[in-house]
Amino acid sequence: MIIFCALSIIAAVASGKTDDLSSSMISAFEDSVSLFLSLLGVMAFWGGVMNIAKKSGLTDKISRLLSPVLKLIFKGVSKTSAAFSAITLNITANMLGLANAATPLGIEAMTELKNAEGGRETPTKNIALLTLFNTASIQIIPTTIAAIRGKYESANPMEIIPSVLITSFLSLMVGIAAVNILYINRKRKRYERN
Amino acid sequence: MSVTDLILPGFFLLICVFGLYKKVDIFSAFLQGAKENVKVAFDILPSLVLLITLIAMLKSSGALSLITELLSPIAQAAGIDKNCLPLGVMRPFSGSGALAMFDSVIKEFGPDTSTGRIASIMMGSTETTFYTIAVYFSAAKIKPTGKIIAACLLADIASVIISSNIVDIMF
Repeated sequence: MIIFCALSIIAAVASGKTDDLSSSMISAFEDSVSLFLSLLGVMAFWGGVMNIAKKSGLTDKISRLLSPVLKLIFKGVSKTSAAFSAITLNITANMLGLANAATPLGIEAMTELKNAEGGRETPTKNIALLTLFNTASIQIIPTTIAAIRGKYESANPMEIIPSVLITSFLSLMVGIAAVNILYINRKRKRYERN
Repeated sequence: MSVTDLILPGFFLLICVFGLYKKVDIFSAFLQGAKENVKVAFDILPSLVLLITLIAMLKSSGALSLITELLSPIAQAAGIDKNCLPLGVMRPFSGSGALAMFDSVIKEFGPDTSTGRIASIMMGSTETTFYTIAVYFSAAKIKPTGKIIAACLLADIASVIISSNIVDIMF
């Protein structure tokens, strides 16, 4: 924070843009409230719609649909275990953009997975994969982004969805490949040591 | 007219119909969920004010364009839009910071330009990696290792590179 602030002042003094600096701060206060207002609407709406999905059992249905795919990725986790159901619910919440629900479910999934796999503090391959599903954005409808695009009068705020999905999918694949490569090496090293 | 125009209303209708079919009081369920998220929105307002102001300061002082210029050789080598690179760098660290940066890119370049679309795709296909790892691992008492961070960041870097290049194919 201090670095950013100091850097701005130095750059402004160096380029003689000090008047721009202070006026930009004043308009930024206003901008942040207008950004907040456009987010407030979309977040409230989406929270409402998703609560209907949750109450009607639609989220549970989706996680059941996902489980065969996830079984292939999370090898060695029993399909009936508490860890596996927490994983599917966490990933479903991420896909639907339920940020509030995804975090506690993710922590639960992590804890269950850790206990199911020996309870060590060093992460296993499955924990690495679960982390990846939470750090790679897999949200299907990027509502916040569409809201900001709409605020600046995009002709079609949602037109980016197919590209976002392709990019998310490809980068998730890169991550899964990376985890698989990194964790094969560890096993080999262990084998050599033995 | 395009198919993407129907995603939002279609999804809305689908969920409401399913809710009615399952005999959920959809009106009160909506209000309850909406209320929860309004609280969340208010929680992020203070950090938005701070970060939008900091980014506005960086931009108006010329410091941001200096950083962008410094990073542009890397951007060029990987085929990344240099105006979106600060967003890509910010994204793994801070969600509100990235949101503020995204807002400023869209404001400057417009949402329907190549840069605007790249920023949108980049924003939509990445997450706050470091924050997520910190929260999840400390709660589950797991030690973050270099391997996990490397794999997650590799996925983020892939997103940044792919989003800059997919625009030419899709639009």
